[in-house]
Order: sequence, then structure tokens, then C-alpha cells
Amino acid sequence: MGRQYETVIGLEVHVELSTKTKIFCGCSTEFAAKPNTHTCPVCTGMPGSLPVLNKKVVEYALKAGLAMNCQVNQVCKFDRKNYFYPDNPQNYQISQLYLPICHDGWIEIPTETGGKKIRIHEMHMEEDAGKLIHDEWEDCSLVDYNRSGVPLIEIVSEPDMRSSQEVIAYLEKLRMICQYLGISDCKLQEGSMRADVNLSVREVGSQRFGTRTEMKNLNSFKAISHAIDGERMRQIELLEEGKEVQQETRRWDDNKEFSRAMRSKEDAKDYRYFPDPDLPAVTIGDEWLERLREEQPELQEKKAARYEKEYGLSAYDAQVLTQSRILAEIFEQTVQSCHLPKKAANWMMGEVLRRMKEQNLEPEQVRFSPGHLAELILMAEKGEISNSNAKKVFREIFEKDVDPKEYVQEHKMGAVTDESSLTKLILEVLAENPKSVREYQEGKEKVLGFLVGQTMKKSRGQADPGLVNRILREQLARK
Amino acid sequence: MKRITDEVMENVEILAKLELSEEERKKAAEEMEKMLQYVEKLQELDTEDVEPVTCAVTLENVFREDVVTNTDRHEQMLANAPVSKEGQYQVPKTIGG
Repeated sequence: MGRQYETVIGLEVHVELSTKTKIFCGCSTEFAAKPNTHTCPVCTGMPGSLPVLNKKVVEYALKAGLAMNCQVNQVCKFDRKNYFYPDNPQNYQISQLYLPICHDGWIEIPTETGGKKIRIHEMHMEEDAGKLIHDEWEDCSLVDYNRSGVPLIEIVSEPDMRSSQEVIAYLEKLRMICQYLGISDCKLQEGSMRADVNLSVREVGSQRFGTRTEMKNLNSFKAISHAIDGERMRQIELLEEGKEVQQETRRWDDNKEFSRAMRSKEDAKDYRYFPDPDLPAVTIGDEWLERLREEQPELQEKKAARYEKEYGLSAYDAQVLTQSRILAEIFEQTVQSCHLPKKAANWMMGEVLRRMKEQNLEPEQVRFSPGHLAELILMAEKGEISNSNAKKVFREIFEKDVDPKEYVQEHKMGAVTDESSLTKLILEVLAENPKSVREYQEGKEKVLGFLVGQTMKKSRGQADPGLVNRILREQLARK
Repeated sequence: MKRITDEVMENVEILAKLELSEEERKKAAEEMEKMLQYVEKLQELDTEDVEPVTCAVTLENVFREDVVTNTDRHEQMLANAPVSKEGQYQVPKTIGG
């Protein structure tokens, strides 16, 4: 039997904060603006310009740190990380090395064998770099500095993950926390969440870590998962051949599903970090921290637990409904108006999620008022509208946020619950289908379904199916 | 003892993205050697009880509110670029990153 290997993975995750302005200047952070229209002397590194810290960046970083159970460095500072590259006009990135804002935290991820804690080594604030585009026509590159100076937090985990599944679970958890806190939309494709994967392999049972490589340019969960599996195999093959893994940075090519060495890993000393003399220290007093603790929203785990306890939902339903804070809010507001949590949960998990999936919508693109859904649920509950018509009305609520009461009245979709008009309709159906009536009398109970269907059709879906069923049986018995 | 060896120079050139001629390299190495001597001189001072200073001012918590104050000045900004194209800074071809 061959040797058994274990994969050891640590992640460096960059999260772009959703502040209105950049970290050190009053330029807008708006995404996809015309190149260089959001730039100024500070974010293009002009000599003599002075960076001034955006207070909201500190608040967002602290919120994230608290949610990830971190210790806070109540005095923190910024440092310069020196490297020369055209996306970095200052020739240094303002980051934090010696006193990062947060350190030593953890988050819990779900795994097949239950919850697992992944430790956070540290979290720091820094500025993003500009964007380089290669010019196909001329042999040159073009630089857009709109992204230069956009605030980031970098979250560095301990090497606690052992598989691509754990890595994805960790990233999903980070994303959910940030979305709940409202500090980032964490879209991998748009680059507002970026993950660098540090990976090494070692023989099972070994206490020593192997030599690690770092993989960059991973912009989807699929790419991350493929890159991890590919790199694990590459390193195992090297070891099996008796070769050594080189410590290096590798760039993942999503099209070729292959990674290649980018540059030998620069050591921290190569970046010649030193404290940024332009930026005074940040002191985070107890009062400030206390206020932020009080302001923290109810996070997913707590919310899900409350849904089980308060609303009597299943653990599964509570999990699904709390995956997005926005959907959870719609759900809660619906429950507040109709007081039927289980019905509201069914509508959210059935019709709402189905329509979102069909139209490929993100939770923030959902536009209907929870009050209208609540009204519809109540109407269906009271039998004022059939279930099939309720679904049709919901489509209108979802698309155009119509008032269900008005819409049903206007389109005459209310349930026909008046027995005499239903009886009249049923007698017509029976008269039109003498063959089915005969078959029923000969004992073929199955045709009842057909007759119910015909009646529903004649009522344009407005009849209450239960009532139709009862009256049909009564009338057939009389024949 | 020579500290700025050829190996050190090679690494510094990579980090600084510089290509030096033999002559320039020799001169730079000599100058860097002198810089090290200067720093060594400073290190002779006893700084045991001195708090390191990282900022010339003794202020703390100098913040801005998160409000957009800058307008589109891309033409002015690009005027500083040696070469620009389509509202962007044109630089020699770079790959990787």
C-alpha cells in the first residue's frame, strides 16, 4: 500500500469593504466607473500628498473582527510594504504588519462530521492596487487606478483546513458573516472577495508541515476547488518521485485548469516593511469597542436557532432561510404581518427561491413587499383564494409588487365558495360528460378526478377544490 | 569584510527592477557599503530607554468621514503620465503580478 498524504491548507482572503470612499482619500469606490475618473494625488501616489484614514474602514474591520471572535489591538498602526509594480503607483502598499487591527480569532465551519473551528491568525486593513489591462494591439499594458486605495481587509487563517470542501465551507462562512454585517458583498467573480491558497502535503501522522506553495488568481469556488485538488496531486507526485516541493507562488489558469510558477516567493524582508510616518496610530478605546459590540446584528447561527425555537421551524428550514440576511429579513417581516411562520417559510423556500433561481436573481434584487406576501398567505389560509390562484397572484407580487386584495378583485380570481353557484357549475359539467358519469356509477372512482378538473377549469381555477369534491360526490350519488 | 556581495547586488536589482552595467554595479555596491557603515555608526548609540518614533506628530485617531469629496479630474491626473492611452496610463508590458 502506498503512502497516505494529508493536505494542509491555510487561506489569505481579501475582502473589499463596501465603503463609499477609498481608505485614505475622498475618491468614490464605485465599481465599473470610467478608467481613472475616481483618482486623486493620494491614490496615485503623488509626492507630498497626505493620506487620511476613513473612519468607516476601522469600524468595518472591527465589526468583522468581533464577528470572527478576534482579539483587538487597541493601538494599531499602518506599515508600508515596498514593491515595484505598475498597479502600485506609490511603490508601496499601505498595509499593517507589526500591529494589525485584529488577531487570534476563529470561525466555525460545517463539515460532514460536525462543526470545526478554523483559527484566524490575524486580520489587517490595507489598500487595494490598480487594475492592469494588457493591450493586445500595442505591446504594452494600460493602468486604471480607480481601484487603487479601495479599502480591503485581509483575513489570514491558520493552516487548519484539510480539504477543498473545508476551504469552500470556510469561504462561504466568511462571505455570510460579511454580508450579515453589511460590510462587503463578497463577490468572487467581481473581485470583491479574493482568496490566496497556501497548500502543502505531508504524510498522515507527521507533525511537521511540508513545503508550501501559494496559489493566486482564484476567482470562483470551482476554480479554488480544482486548483486545490490539482496542486495536492502535483506535490504528492513530486514527493513520490523523491523530488522536493519548491516554495513558490503559482498562478492558476482557469481556462487550462493548470497552475504555473509565477515567481519565487518574496520573503517578508524583501518587502522592507516599515511604519508609515504619514499615518498616526489608531487608538480604539473600550467605549468604541463596546458601542460596536452592541450594534452587532444577529448573525446567522443565532438567527437560525431563534427560528427553530420561536417559530417552530425545522433545523433545515431555519438554515435555508438564514443563508441570506436579506431573505431572512423578508421572511421575518412577512411573519410579523401574517403570524403564520410555517406557511411563510414554505412560501419563501418554495415560490420565492424558485422564482429567484429561474431569473438568476440575487437576494438584494428581490423587490416585493413582505406585507403583500403576508396578505396573500392570509387570503389563502381563509380560503378566499385557491392555492393554484394564490401562486399565480404571487407571480404578480414578485414581478410587480401588486396588492393581492386589489389584484384578485380586479381579475375575479377569488375562490368561489358559494355552494349554489358551484352546484350550478357542477350540474353543467355532469351534463356535458355523461360517459364519465356512467363510468363513475359503474364503480370507476378514478373519473372523479377528471370531473373535479373539468369543474376547476370551468371556474377558471377559482373554485375551492375541497368544496368541488364534496358537491360532486353528492350530485353523483343522486343520479 | 565585504557585505554587499555580488549575490546581494543581484537580489537588490531584482527587487528594485534595475538593470545595472558592471561599472554601475560596482559603484552602487561601494555606496551601499558606505550606507551600512553610516547606519552602524548610528547603532553605536544606546537607545535602550528610547521609545521608537514612527510618526513625527503625536496625534492619534486622525479620521475622515466616509463622504465623497473628490470629483472626476482624470485629465489633470493623466497629465502626469509620460504616456497615456484611452484615459489610462500606458506602461511597458507586464505579466503575472
